[in-house]
Amino acid sequence: MSVRVTAAVARRVLEQLRRDPRTIALIIGVPCLLEFLLQQLFGRNSTVFQHVGAPLLGLFPFIAMFLVTSITMLRERTTGTLERLMTLPLAKVDLLAGYGIAFALVAVVQATLVSLLAFGLLGLKVAGPEWLVVLLAVANAVLGSTLGLFVSAFAQTEFQAVQFMPAVVFPQLLLCGLFVARDEMATWLRVISAFFPLTYAYDALARTASDDLGARFALDVAVVLGCIVLAVVLGAATLRRRTG
Amino acid sequence: MSSAAAAVRSDDLRIVRGGVTVLPGLSCDVAAGSVTGLLGPSGSGKTTFLRAVVGVQVIAGGTVEVLGAHGGSPALRSRVGYMTQAPSVYGDLTVEENLRFFARVLGLERDAVEHAIADVSLDGFAGRVVDTLSGGQRARVSLATALLGAPDLLVLDEPTVGLDPLLRRDLWELFHRIAKRGATLLVSSHVMDEADRCDTLLLLRDGKLLAQATPAELRARTGEQQLDDAFLRLVETSE
Repeated sequence: MSVRVTAAVARRVLEQLRRDPRTIALIIGVPCLLEFLLQQLFGRNSTVFQHVGAPLLGLFPFIAMFLVTSITMLRERTTGTLERLMTLPLAKVDLLAGYGIAFALVAVVQATLVSLLAFGLLGLKVAGPEWLVVLLAVANAVLGSTLGLFVSAFAQTEFQAVQFMPAVVFPQLLLCGLFVARDEMATWLRVISAFFPLTYAYDALARTASDDLGARFALDVAVVLGCIVLAVVLGAATLRRRTG
Repeated sequence: MSSAAAAVRSDDLRIVRGGVTVLPGLSCDVAAGSVTGLLGPSGSGKTTFLRAVVGVQVIAGGTVEVLGAHGGSPALRSRVGYMTQAPSVYGDLTVEENLRFFARVLGLERDAVEHAIADVSLDGFAGRVVDTLSGGQRARVSLATALLGAPDLLVLDEPTVGLDPLLRRDLWELFHRIAKRGATLLVSSHVMDEADRCDTLLLLRDGKLLAQATPAELRARTGEQQLDDAFLRLVETSE
């Protein structure tokens, strides 16, 4: 692994994104719009907005980066640039880490701007520190991009890659505890949800919102970070220097 | 056939792609410091062989040795430049951004980028986004990325397809200048009129080597003046 090569990949991914202002506008604009709609729909001081607002803020980067990375990586595979990269002195981990760092930086901007809107203008309140919500959002973005990189190996077309979003993300969203508390779920659902990384991402955000930053919170963060490492390892395994 | 100074040496190389045997057992040499043309019709296995040389092709049997090392070994990755058949550059970046990226990966200085851009005559286009360029210009950006860092072996897959005759002539002159500096070039083409520009030819058909010879030897062997006709004669006599 090389810092120089990783930085080169991250920089190149950001340069590509800069050429696509519409995607940047969507990445930042859509979560802002959703937070606004949520607040208008249920009301500034409603329990729904106060309950869902922070997790939405923290989970949105996961969804956005999952999609963006899986498509970008798929393009890298289909246009032949990946094959070209595999002939260069570049470790697979450099490529994956470069992607992760680039989208983490995008997530910093995304989460910061959405936070400014939600906490500043919309009246969202969390009992824990607001910066922690932003930090968790960035970690979730990295988790999203590393999972997206891994999953892109199983898509042959962009249509398929787009469909992986609902396939991989929606079940996790449904079971993470946002819609129904995990204690109230059927046992088999609770067992399944224990294997989903988003369950821990959500729990960390919910605990930040209620300032419950104990051992369970530390476990949540550890699981999210562990899943990032696991997704990078799995992603690296799907990158082959030699293909048929 | 086996000279001590071979930049590439393939020995009974067998490659199967998607259940189809593309190369049933290819043995050939590419002399160091030469401009070697890999010629043959579309589907003859040229790209597959080049992919094996640069180490991105799964090999079913046999060996390919590159610059004294096993083809595709990590030590070769900064010594071999590869231009793929379809331009493999980022269409949404400028010419310069593309080359800077590849140069950074290779750990090269900025002036390497300027040299590469000048080598392929894209001086006025450094700031242009690649997607806005013509097909031929895009191919040259891809070629420029392969030239970065003056690799010892350049593997070029149809580098002159679709280019106007003047530009083609310029590029072939560039290839020979690069060879004079001591590098080896393995250049594929499906048009025989480029054969005369090569020092040595590897003629491939259906994955089999029809001949490894200089253009002059080929003419002498077949009695044909046009290399196109010489190729036909070889095909006929081999069947």
